[in-house]
Amino acid sequence: MANPSTSTMPAPTFGTALMRAVRSFGLLRESWVGMIGTALVLFWVVVAILAPVLAPFDPNATLIPFQKPGTAFAGNDTIPPGTFWLGTDQLGRDILSRVIWGSQTVLIYAPLATLSAYTVGILMGLAAGYFRGWIDDLLSRIADIILSFPVLVLYIIIIATIGASGLNIIIAITFASAPGIMRIVRGLVLDLRNRDYVAAAQTRGEGAWRIMLVEILPNARGPLIVDSCLRLGYVIITIGVLGFLGLGLPPPDPDWGGMINETRAMALAFPHMVIYPCIAISSLILGFNLLADGLREISLRD
Amino acid sequence: MLIFIAKRFGFMIVTMLVVSILLFLLLEINVEGVATKVLGPYSSQESREIWLEKNGYRDPLPERYVRWLGNAVVGDFGQSVRFKVPVGDVMWPRLWNTAVLGFWVFAIMIPLSLTLGILAGMREGSKLDRSISVTGIVTTSIPEFASAVFLSAIFVFWLKWLPGTSSMADGFSFKELILPMMVLVIYDFGYVARMTRASMAEVMTTHYIRTAVLKGLPYRQVILKHALRNALIAPFTVIMLQVNWLLSGVIVVEFFFAYKGFGALLLEASLNQDIFLIEACAMVAVFVAVGTQTIADIGYTYLNPRIRFS
Repeated sequence: MANPSTSTMPAPTFGTALMRAVRSFGLLRESWVGMIGTALVLFWVVVAILAPVLAPFDPNATLIPFQKPGTAFAGNDTIPPGTFWLGTDQLGRDILSRVIWGSQTVLIYAPLATLSAYTVGILMGLAAGYFRGWIDDLLSRIADIILSFPVLVLYIIIIATIGASGLNIIIAITFASAPGIMRIVRGLVLDLRNRDYVAAAQTRGEGAWRIMLVEILPNARGPLIVDSCLRLGYVIITIGVLGFLGLGLPPPDPDWGGMINETRAMALAFPHMVIYPCIAISSLILGFNLLADGLREISLRD
Repeated sequence: MLIFIAKRFGFMIVTMLVVSILLFLLLEINVEGVATKVLGPYSSQESREIWLEKNGYRDPLPERYVRWLGNAVVGDFGQSVRFKVPVGDVMWPRLWNTAVLGFWVFAIMIPLSLTLGILAGMREGSKLDRSISVTGIVTTSIPEFASAVFLSAIFVFWLKWLPGTSSMADGFSFKELILPMMVLVIYDFGYVARMTRASMAEVMTTHYIRTAVLKGLPYRQVILKHALRNALIAPFTVIMLQVNWLLSGVIVVEFFFAYKGFGALLLEASLNQDIFLIEACAMVAVFVAVGTQTIADIGYTYLNPRIRFS
C-alpha cells in the first residue's frame, strides 16, 4: 500500500490517505461531543509534550510541605505568594508540576500498553477468524477463560506475582485485554473472509498472513478505531487504579494514581493534594470516551 | 434446553478447573517461595525445609494440586498467614459484607439505569436522549477512586453529612454504606443505561411497533405492552454481567473507604503475599463471575422465545 509501483492494483498513495484522514477529521467537526473529546485529548497531549517547559518546578524536588493552593509560606520572604498554584504535597513537591509530568507518564504507558494489547489481540483474532478449525477453538477457549476473571482480580494477582514496574503493567494489561480485542477482530474477520477480494488474493496465491494483514485488516479498521479509543480510556483507568492501590509505577516519579494513593490519608485536611490529580485523570479519560462516541456517531452516519 | 443448561454447567466446571490449575501453578510452582511467604523472609533455611517436609510440599506437583483442590472443594483453603486463622473464617464474613454492599448497589442502579435507558431509547436522537447519553459517558469516565474523592470532598469535607470511612467499627450502620454505594452506582449506571438505550432504540424501529402506533394505540400502551418486554431482554444479560464488574469495583471502593469486604481482603492478601488467602479469594471471585455468566446465558435463552423454541 505504501509502494504503489509494485502493487498490481491502484493503491491509495500516502497523499490520498492523508486527504482522507483530514476529511474524516472534518466530519468529526459535525459532532460537538467528538470535538470536546478531541480538545481534551489534545490539551493533555500538548501538556505532556511541553512538560519540561510548562512545569514550574522539578516534579520530584522537595520544596515546602503542606502549602495550600496559591498561598505563600508564612514567614518565608524568599518565596513570593502564589508560587504554588495548586499547592504542595506532604513532601513539599509542587502539585502543578507533578500533575503536568504525570500526564507524560500516563500518555506514554497507556498507548504503549494499548498498542501491545492490540498487536497480540489482532494477531490472535486474525488467526482464529481466518484459519478456523482447532486454532479458533483453542484461542477462543483461552479468551473465554481469561475473560471470566473479574479484571481487577486478574491485574492484582499478576502484579502481585511478577512485581510492579512499567513493563509489568504493560504485560498485565496486554494479557487481560488481548482476549477482548481478539473477539472483536475474529468477528470482523469471519464477516470479511468471504469477500471477493480475499478470494482474488487467494487465487493469486498470496500467503495466508499477507492476506490477513494486507487485505482483511485494513478493511476491519473502522470498528477497531472506535474500540481503541474506548480501550485507551479503560487502560488509563487501569493504570490509575493500579497506582491508587499501590501496585503501579514505583515512586517517586509522578503518576496520577500514585499521587492519589500517597496523599489520600490527608485528603480531609488537605483536599487539594488529591483533587487535582483526580480532575486530571477524569478529564483525560472523558476526552477519549467522548472522542470514541463522536467517531461512532460519524461511522454510523455513512 | 436441558442439554443447553448441562453444556453451560459443563463449561463452568471446566473453566473453574483450568483457572484453579493456573492459579496453583502461578502461586505454588516455586515451593521455596511458598515456605518464605508462609514463614516470613527472616526464617531460617532449616525451618523452611522442615515446614515444606511436614506439609507435603516435597510431593510431586500433580499430587499436591489434587490434594489442594480436594481440600478446597470441601471448604478447607488452609491457614491464612496474615490473620493466623483458617482462610474460611476471614473470607466468608467478608464476602457477606460485600454481598450487602452489592445488594444495595444493584437495588439502586437497576431501576435508575433502566428508567434512563428506556427514556433515552424511546425517542432516539432527541434532546433527552443526547443528554442522558452524554451524562452516561461522563459518569463512566470518572474512575471509582476519583469519584470517591469528589463525593468525599462534597459530603464529608464540605457538607459534613456523611462519615468518610466505612469500617463499621460500631456495628452495621447504613450511613457508612451510602458513599461506597454512590460511587459504585455512579460508575456503573451509565453503561447499563446505554445498553438499555441501544436495545430500546432497536425495538422502536421494528415493524410491530410501527403497526401498533399506526393502528392507533395510545403511545403509553405501545411502550408498556409492546416495546418494553422485548427491549428488556438484552439489559438482563448486561446486568448479570455487571456482577463481574462489581467484583473489580468493590476492590477500589472498599480500599478507599476501609470497608471490611471481600475486595479489600483480596487486595490485602495480595499485598501481604498471603498465598492461601489469595488462592481462595480468587477462586471465589471466579466462581461468582462464571456463575453469573452461566445464569445470564440460561436466563437469556429462557427469556427470548426465538432462541428457546429454535
